[in-house]
Amino acid sequence: MLTPVELEAFKLSLWISLSSVLCNLPIAILIAWLIGRYRFTGRALLDACVHLPLVLPPVVTGYLLLMLLGIHGPIGHWLYTTFQIRLAFTTTGAIIATAVMSFPFMVRAIRLSIEGIPRGLDEAARTLGAGPIDRFFQVTLPLIVPGILAGMITAFAAGLGEFGAVITFASNIPGQTQTLPLALYTALQSPSGDIAAMRIAGLSVLLGFMGLLAGEWMARTLRKHYGTASC
Amino acid sequence: MDGAHLTQALRHRVVLEIQLRHARDTFELNVSMRCPTPGVIALFGPSGAGKSTLAHIIAGLIPLQNGYIRLDGQTLSDSALGIHLKPEHRGIGYVFQDARLFPHLSVSGNLHFASKRVGTRAVYVSYDEVVSLLGLETLLARRVHTLSGGERQRVALARALLLQPRMLILDEPLAAIDTPRRAEVLPFLVRLRDRFSIPMLYVSHQYEEVLQLASYLALIDEGKILAAGHLSQLSQLQALQKYIGQEAIGSVLDAVVDAVDEGSNLASVALGEQRLRFYLPNSVQGQRIRIHVLARDVIISTQAPTGLSVRNAILCTLTQLHDEAPDSVIATLQFGQTALLSRITRSAVYDLQLKVGASVWALVKAASLRGNLL
Repeated sequence: MLTPVELEAFKLSLWISLSSVLCNLPIAILIAWLIGRYRFTGRALLDACVHLPLVLPPVVTGYLLLMLLGIHGPIGHWLYTTFQIRLAFTTTGAIIATAVMSFPFMVRAIRLSIEGIPRGLDEAARTLGAGPIDRFFQVTLPLIVPGILAGMITAFAAGLGEFGAVITFASNIPGQTQTLPLALYTALQSPSGDIAAMRIAGLSVLLGFMGLLAGEWMARTLRKHYGTASC
Repeated sequence: MDGAHLTQALRHRVVLEIQLRHARDTFELNVSMRCPTPGVIALFGPSGAGKSTLAHIIAGLIPLQNGYIRLDGQTLSDSALGIHLKPEHRGIGYVFQDARLFPHLSVSGNLHFASKRVGTRAVYVSYDEVVSLLGLETLLARRVHTLSGGERQRVALARALLLQPRMLILDEPLAAIDTPRRAEVLPFLVRLRDRFSIPMLYVSHQYEEVLQLASYLALIDEGKILAAGHLSQLSQLQALQKYIGQEAIGSVLDAVVDAVDEGSNLASVALGEQRLRFYLPNSVQGQRIRIHVLARDVIISTQAPTGLSVRNAILCTLTQLHDEAPDSVIATLQFGQTALLSRITRSAVYDLQLKVGASVWALVKAASLRGNLL
């Protein structure tokens, strides 16, 4: 029912979105923890940088990535001459572009759940002999698991739909960077692509539904586990 | 107590020494105290007096600005020496007003959180003993959000104890519990006090709780310690009276039961050369008890009473008369080392021509006195 190119785009979408979520996870937890727990100079600036992709046109984000990480950009040039690593117009590039775009969703969800932990629990853990790292792994982290999962689902769903940044930084190469939205765009460009476009659109709707249902199920399971009381 | 015993007792006496100044906005905490421990030290005062701030500073949760805190000779904080032991290294168990149990752990998970972090301190109480002391056997597998307020505080107490703490801070542990449910926790606190010889700092604004638990009291208001000492010595203090409510004004007597009349359920204690009889069923000779003689229950007579049902008539010296309200006066009646308080009307003072220095009889019905086991 799907053409090989479309199937490829489907698999690539899942792969790129999943990879971007996993790459983002540790950094998002760290940044969310810094912003949610501490007051420091530069906090507002950091917060703004995290949220920038949310307000910029995605094409601009893609263009900025190209300027920085492209073969002639300062970082991209260094990567290429030192490690022979090329990011622009590759699958890795598409993952990076998707990661940057979905990063704010993840930080937001995790930060909200960090801020939702009663501060008193940290104090209680301190009086019980737990140092900072101990407290992070034994108290904070288990309590923000719901936020982390919610952030991952949102970021994954947003990643599936990323278009502008990916096409600008990684281009539209079938089998390498052509995700579902990009394939849909290509189909629309062709005079006989209407049926293909509908198939791809339907697939996207299905994926979206599954994501939402998974999120709802997870939220319910977690509520059952943690209860609603904050004690 | 002979000389050798005395030095022995002094050497084993742990002392909590606090000397600090701490400013926050317009509030200043200015505390200087030395409490003998073990035993329960009540930090008593109205809301906003600085009790909780002081408790947090002792635990290290709020950094000390100026001064020092020593426990049993060890410096916990000293601003002059730049010492600030982190709360996680103090070994001070803290029970918060709102329990603060970890919601991602079960009851037993919360308890193990503490017992895994004892570090190098000596273990003086086992997991099983703590569980049975606080009656948690049936709660261990429960998730904490299913517990009642009283159960939560018992778990919090158990968790603090499993840290094998060298001191316990109880920061208004009953304040968040409905009044009728407090009775579910208070007996456990009494049990802990009797079982362990660690110092306990009990923060409260409820005099009733202080009476049941504490041996030593520090009265705090507006950031200052207004009085500190054994409850039996402080209870007659005028400074305390405005904080405890009219109905609770009275004299606290700590004594040992030395005679029991089983037929009438009356027990008696010797106070100097005098004797006070009171109602206490099933009492045993040698029991340590606390009697709260309320000012409203003490009658003054200028003559030796005859033909009255009253069981206690004690010859005293009237040492103080102070105006409590426009129409009532609190009289202090001293005998030996002990003093009773009596609330009388102004017209009674006038009619009996009561003057400081006069010899009077204090009359107390035995049936109105209740002894509490200490």
